[in-house]
Amino acid sequence: MLAYLVRRLILAILTTWAVSVLSFVVIQLPPGDYITSYIAQMSSSGSFVSEQEANALRQQYGLDQPQYIQYIRWMKMVLQGNFGMALEYGRPVAEVIGDRIYLTMVVSVAAIIFTWCAALPIGVYSAVRQYSWGDYVATFIGFIGLAVPSFMLALILMYFGFTLFNANIGGLFSDEFAEAPWTLAKLWDLTKHLPLPALILGLAGTAQLIRIMRANLLDELGKPYVVTARARGLSEGRLIIKYPVRVALNPFASTIGYLLPYVVSGSIIVSLVLSLPTVGPLLLKSLVAQDMFLAGTIVLLLGVMTVIGTFISDLLLMWIDPRIRFEGRQ
Amino acid sequence: MINTVTESSAAPILSVRDLKTYFFPDEGTVKAVDGASFDLLPRTTLGIVGESGCGKSVAARSILRIVERPGRIVGGAILLQQNGSQVDLAQLDPQSQEMRQIRGGDIGLVFQEPMTSFSPVHTVGNQIVETIRLHHPVSTQEARERAIAAFRSVGIPKPERRIDEFAFELSGGLRQRAMIAMALSCGPRILIADEPTTALDVTTQAQILDLLRSLQEREGMTIILITHNLGVVAEMCETVVVMYLGRVVEEGPADAIFHNAKHPYTQALLRSIPSIHSTARAELPTIAGSIPHPYNRPAGCPFHPRCPDFMPGTCDKAEPGLTVVGDGQAVSCFLYDRT
Amino acid sequence: MTEPTVRPGAVVDEEVALLPSVAEERISVATQWQLMWWRFKKHRLAMLSTVIVFLFYLVVVFADFLAYSDPLASEAQRSLLPPHRIHWFDEGRFAPHVYGLTGKRDPATFKRVYTPDPEKKIPVRFFARGFEYRVFGLIPMDRHLIGVEGATAEETLFLLGTDEQGRDLWSRLMYGTQTSLIIGLVGVSLSLILGVFLGGISGLYGGVLDTIIQRVIEILRSIPTIPLWMGLAAALPNDWTVIQIYFAITIIISLIGWTELARVVRGRFLSLRQEDFVMAAELCGCGQMRIIFTHLVPSFLSHIIAATTLAIPAMIISETSLSFLGLGLRPPAISWGVLLQQAQNIQALAISPWLLIPSIPVTIVILAFNFMGDGLRDAADPYGQ
Ligand SMILES: Nc1ncnc2c1ncn2[C@@H]1O[C@H](COP(=O)(O)OP(=O)(O)O)[C@@H](O)[C@H]1O
Ligand code: SF4
Ligand SMILES: [Mg+2]
Repeated sequence: MLAYLVRRLILAILTTWAVSVLSFVVIQLPPGDYITSYIAQMSSSGSFVSEQEANALRQQYGLDQPQYIQYIRWMKMVLQGNFGMALEYGRPVAEVIGDRIYLTMVVSVAAIIFTWCAALPIGVYSAVRQYSWGDYVATFIGFIGLAVPSFMLALILMYFGFTLFNANIGGLFSDEFAEAPWTLAKLWDLTKHLPLPALILGLAGTAQLIRIMRANLLDELGKPYVVTARARGLSEGRLIIKYPVRVALNPFASTIGYLLPYVVSGSIIVSLVLSLPTVGPLLLKSLVAQDMFLAGTIVLLLGVMTVIGTFISDLLLMWIDPRIRFEGRQ
Repeated sequence: MINTVTESSAAPILSVRDLKTYFFPDEGTVKAVDGASFDLLPRTTLGIVGESGCGKSVAARSILRIVERPGRIVGGAILLQQNGSQVDLAQLDPQSQEMRQIRGGDIGLVFQEPMTSFSPVHTVGNQIVETIRLHHPVSTQEARERAIAAFRSVGIPKPERRIDEFAFELSGGLRQRAMIAMALSCGPRILIADEPTTALDVTTQAQILDLLRSLQEREGMTIILITHNLGVVAEMCETVVVMYLGRVVEEGPADAIFHNAKHPYTQALLRSIPSIHSTARAELPTIAGSIPHPYNRPAGCPFHPRCPDFMPGTCDKAEPGLTVVGDGQAVSCFLYDRT
Repeated sequence: MTEPTVRPGAVVDEEVALLPSVAEERISVATQWQLMWWRFKKHRLAMLSTVIVFLFYLVVVFADFLAYSDPLASEAQRSLLPPHRIHWFDEGRFAPHVYGLTGKRDPATFKRVYTPDPEKKIPVRFFARGFEYRVFGLIPMDRHLIGVEGATAEETLFLLGTDEQGRDLWSRLMYGTQTSLIIGLVGVSLSLILGVFLGGISGLYGGVLDTIIQRVIEILRSIPTIPLWMGLAAALPNDWTVIQIYFAITIIISLIGWTELARVVRGRFLSLRQEDFVMAAELCGCGQMRIIFTHLVPSFLSHIIAATTLAIPAMIISETSLSFLGLGLRPPAISWGVLLQQAQNIQALAISPWLLIPSIPVTIVILAFNFMGDGLRDAADPYGQ
């Protein structure tokens, strides 16, 4: 158990480090540096920055130092909770991002919850009633989820929402709550808006999980312990839920490890179509405007949150699977 | 069909009559059990022997009505004696309450692979307690006591602790003991042990066989012991049924089978025993040829392509029926068929 | 092969014995592929999908011929025209034509509204002359599958309507298909090179290298990559030409799929290393390289083909997504993503739903590649793993 825990923890730390380096690369990638963009920004708004001022700024930000020192400086800043300035907004990055990062996570987690709630029963049904009518329907849904990229699904649903119900189905809040401070009413409003983005983001994952669940369960259904349970006189329904479904659940639970990055990635694009107040639209805007501290921070935060989520799911897996818990004890 | 072994005057507790269990996969039909008949007398051990694939396990599963799709019982009867009356298990709905009570309640099953016969994510105790409570209206606490008692009775040390462990934490021998304890936990009248020692090392094999024997002597258990190992049969059984390709080719008292085998297949099997304590590995190396593919079962006597006594014109034309050849001994071979 | 042991008198026998075994080997190799083909043929959906994929690549090759108007020719007058309906018969005779559109200015809104005018029949011809292009980039030609001849701004054909700039959607869709499918194919090839290289090293040498590569893959798979690729794509200089961007985006996209391919390649190498025939070849003293090329490559080629096919949809989706966001291919380049970008505006979409039409080929192609890949995988490995 300890070995497993240590291994996952080391991987999480390594991944976090890799994410930070990659985010730094994203920040550094565009030609020119922060100050160049800053000067460009200033002059476009009519102010003028002299060469001396620019150099002073460069020194202040350590931009005259080698890359790895810049990386360390940036990491130090980040660890102190200082993500730099968002050029376009003229405000600190942390302030610009604000709630959006949490909303991104809320949407992603909602999508994963939807994925599980839909995929588990459908997958079980498909396996137990293999080649039945319902199995084919599930397979069909699976194909749709597989073949329609989430942003296209969002577009199509937006179109139907607009033409059939004359309603804008986008957003995470009703107008009156969009700018309001957090209250229970706002939370409830958010909850009411969540199902649609969750469905759109979750459908592709659901399709995959149905396939995984179905295959795993078909595998498990033939195992001797199922036959034994049957031979002990258990009824079919109870038996299937208690044994093979429970066992097939483990690989299922471990899918969160790749589901989460997938869903977070998808949320970026879907947010744009559905105008969700997540970091997605902000990331796009910052990339287009080459507001690199903002963009880099978003990439970093998304990565770190995903790593944390995956680690939590590892702990969960350890809790539900005795084979992992007892690993190395024998 | 000629009626079979009646060694003592006791009525059989279970009799299988002309059982046919076929599988219907897309590719064709597999006649896994094709007209098998035998009687199980109370307080005896019946051995079913034959090479792998000859339908022993399918016969056992048919009795419990747990043959999985695409398999199904297509004919015959499985008559179980129950408080003076008789139920035909072949006629029951496999999902019915009655059949489920019989499974585990009247008939217990022990499998070859004790590791995979337990759920990997539940403790062994959990599964035993579940079985007990399924068949008896007792509290969890009471069921746990009984489970511990069952563990003790099969010789598992520190049963209070072992009961809360997972199957993968137990050694192979203990696992098989736990499996037997689970099968016995509801006090069944019949225990079906399907190759219970095949996956174990030689020492453990002997211990498990000792355990089964003492159970029978102590509790008067009726046992069906399925094995491909004649050595095990010699040690354990009063009556022997020899199967080949889903059919019973010879049956009779163990003595008769071992000392006066009639069927060429049985004789070949006997020649292939290296020693009484043979290992699981030796799958009858001395019989010429191999079991035909289940889809192309030979015409006539199913054994004829491998039979040393093959009589052209007879054995490949018709199928021999079971003929009584001695006291309780019957054989299905044209060498003895006078009709 | 080992040197036959020199036993006078026995040598001849050995040679005789060797010859048929070589021949047998060839037969068994052939039947191996044949078996796979039989298994694949049994998979109806996979067969159908293969045909569909093939048809799509025909579009790639003959996009110029299938398009009938210049995909870049914009005309503000024709902005957002609805699709034309082709009328195949005229008074009982086979004479395909479409109705001309009469534009009127709505006196209230001052918007131009177009209505089909049954009086104005515009004949549609097959193999009609149109804009000039070069077949395979070489032979100049001006024939197109269909078209109207002597088209003016108002007298022309819009099978799928027009976009905001008044460009013909059908023609643009042909070119979009060309771009997106080529990017998918080139992207997957680059991925494959990367995957085979890294997965091969990983599986063949094992040890520290293997551990490092495995960890890198694991890390890459556990972080949300789209934001990263967005970052990369956004960093492409604005003054790059369409061609430069095209290549850069293809490379970025190829970075997406290699991990899965590397995993498959490594798994194959590992399992094949255990196989007896490799061991035998090693014992016989065949060089490492020879082992790889004569024994390993053919036996896992089938798996690689299947995995590659299954990787293509992700490439296509990535390109489409990036371009849709405006970070991938940029106009004047045309791809499915670029076309769908126009559908981003919900108001525009609501009055001109045909802008969503490009999503249909996207869906069909993704499905087809998936079914084809599934079929190939099942054929390569009937017992699954
Ligand atoms: N699920 C199944 N589907 C098709 N055929 C089966 C199935 N289970 C068993 N069989 C066939 O039934 C025959 C008998 O199998 P079995 O009873 O397991 O043999 P054994 O005597 O070794 O226990 C075999 O030929 C096997 O191919
Ligand atoms: S019937 Fe004929 S073939 Fe069959 S066992 Fe007897 S002698 Fe052999
Ligand atoms: Mg068996």
